[in-house]
Amino acid sequence: MRGTWTGLVAGVGMTLMSTSAYSQELTIFWAEWDPANYLQELVNEYEAETGVVVTVETTPWADFQTKAFTEFNAQGSAYDLIVGDSQWLGAASEAGHYVELTEFFNANKVGDIMAPATVKYYAEYPGNSGRYWAIPAEGDAVGWSYRKDWFEDPAEMAAFEAKYGYPLGVPADWKQLRDIAEFFHRPDQNRYGIAIYTDNSYDALAMGFENALFSHGGELGDPNTFEVEGIINGPKAVAALDAYRELYGFTPPGWAKTFFVENNQAITENLAAMSMNFFAFFPALLNETTNPNAANTGFFANPAGPSGDRFAALGGQGISVVSYSQNQEEAMKFLEWFIKDETQKRWAELGGYTASAAVLESQEFRQATPYNEAFYQTMFIVKDFWAVPEYAELLGQLNNRLYPHIVGGEGTAQETLDALAADWKATFAKYGRGQ
Amino acid sequence: MSDLAIRNLFIIPTIVFLIVFNIFPLLYSLGYSFTDFRASTNAPANFVGLDNYRTLLSDPFIWRNFTITAKYVIVSVTGQVIVGFGVAMLLNREIPFKGLLTTLLLLPMMLSMAVVGLFWKMLYDPNFGVINYALGLGKFEWLADPDMALYAIAIADIWMWSPFVMLLSLAGLSAVPKHLYEAAAIDRASGLYTFFRITLPLVAPILMIAIIFRTMEAFKTFDLAYILASQPTTEVISIRLYKMAFQEWQTGMSCALAYIVLIMVLAITNIYIKYLNKVKER
Repeated sequence: MRGTWTGLVAGVGMTLMSTSAYSQELTIFWAEWDPANYLQELVNEYEAETGVVVTVETTPWADFQTKAFTEFNAQGSAYDLIVGDSQWLGAASEAGHYVELTEFFNANKVGDIMAPATVKYYAEYPGNSGRYWAIPAEGDAVGWSYRKDWFEDPAEMAAFEAKYGYPLGVPADWKQLRDIAEFFHRPDQNRYGIAIYTDNSYDALAMGFENALFSHGGELGDPNTFEVEGIINGPKAVAALDAYRELYGFTPPGWAKTFFVENNQAITENLAAMSMNFFAFFPALLNETTNPNAANTGFFANPAGPSGDRFAALGGQGISVVSYSQNQEEAMKFLEWFIKDETQKRWAELGGYTASAAVLESQEFRQATPYNEAFYQTMFIVKDFWAVPEYAELLGQLNNRLYPHIVGGEGTAQETLDALAADWKATFAKYGRGQ
Repeated sequence: MSDLAIRNLFIIPTIVFLIVFNIFPLLYSLGYSFTDFRASTNAPANFVGLDNYRTLLSDPFIWRNFTITAKYVIVSVTGQVIVGFGVAMLLNREIPFKGLLTTLLLLPMMLSMAVVGLFWKMLYDPNFGVINYALGLGKFEWLADPDMALYAIAIADIWMWSPFVMLLSLAGLSAVPKHLYEAAAIDRASGLYTFFRITLPLVAPILMIAIIFRTMEAFKTFDLAYILASQPTTEVISIRLYKMAFQEWQTGMSCALAYIVLIMVLAITNIYIKYLNKVKER
């Protein structure tokens, strides 16, 4: 009997020892999409190099924010790192959910490694404060895909030029974008002009509208004073909303709750000539198994507005260390590895959208896929939504005001944006901003 | 073991479970409803008195959400009662394969809300949906039309929950004594007279129970409306509550809204129950 007990205790001891030998583990939390799979492939190489097991845990986009903040609020240590949305920076840093990375940032000169816009929007909070909370991880922005075969059809080209007086091609500005959408909008042929974001559940509608707003020279407000009156409801913003609403008239039927899935379907199902989407979803359009029109799909960056301003709405995420992680030291070591040039290059090769300036600028990257050039151009012209802790309220108010106007045709653009400006002023006042 | 011990053994775990998972959160959230607490921050909760309730009750958006919810409840529950009771009347006679038919008709309410939502989203699709094809409506946009979307959701809800009303109505109809119908037939009473003087009064109590359950459920509806459409005209109060609590993290404010909803559901249920008691007394 004693022998049995001794054996049992030894077995338990060995098990515990072996568990502790594999205790160097990191868990990264991200949304469920292709880049997360690419990241898992990348971190497998980190495991091969260091022996540290890194797992990328995912959840559907619809639950991502809720699940992440629920874990933060519970001060849970389930995740060591999180690839969080840029809008979360304010909420997560002010609440102490993210570890401040300013020292790491400066010591490793991350600001020199990553593209400036990604540092500004994915990492720094408050704006221009020199305080950093994330490392730019997945660069992303809203770009466009289009049907090359429709655009290059000689009959279509002749008809377009006869109607509009200039050749059919990738739109150089929003006026041309509108003309092309109108030209291809043929409901009787089950062919439509354009696919845009309209889903008002989270940030889709805001991202779509921002593409119009920023390129029309408009702004959401003043990020330093939080002044919005005369800015979000100024003439440029009103023109941008009019332009976006007009584009909605050229979308396929039922385009009232659409985000990345539907907008890729617009291309794969032969529904639309052009489709707005985040660059992160473009790899699926080049895959012939998911897109029968892969060979005929082209890509372009958001066109300029009437005054030549050219900007795009920022997507993408930075990677942050969670304050409640038990493995912060190990997480920092991982970040040191992640920002290395060779890692960033490998990240891009696997399909991740690197934010590394050197990789982005290299000819190798820009020519690697048909959309990388558009992505490169876009990543230097991006702007983002408010990143303050109350961003979700501001986003909800934007959805409440813009959606009925864009989809339902309620009110004028000026009335809609006046109401939004009033909402935002009240929200900023509630949280004591700009006073 | 004594009878008392056995009784306690069965009751105490349930009571503990109820206190820990229902009563305690209920009281805790009541406390939060008087604070400006935000669960996304580590800031302490500050007592703000009735401010949250005042803000919510004077917010035109919240009243719009309540109006939408009321409209949805009326359309959905009325539709379920008409369809459910009608089908029950048809089934309350000798027909071939009655058991099989009843079982098949019960299938919709056994499906998950999410599945039903996605299923109806496809049926309503203007490009390939079978509803427009069957009704010859071309590219009619059921879910994109702000005036139609709420009715489209209500139709899906009626499809799903009419069987529940049907089931209860069938139970009520089968309990109506046959001799009453025989007496009515001897007196040459018309079908309508028989229905309004015999069938409806005797089935009314059980029908009222079905209406109470369906009203409470329809008032709290979330899944179908969330999956099918994102129109401001379909934002029922539970969707607003979800966004406020878990997207905007206005925890204190959302607790107050949850209490306002609770009080409304209780008030409506009480009115129904009083009416039910009156019906029973007749």
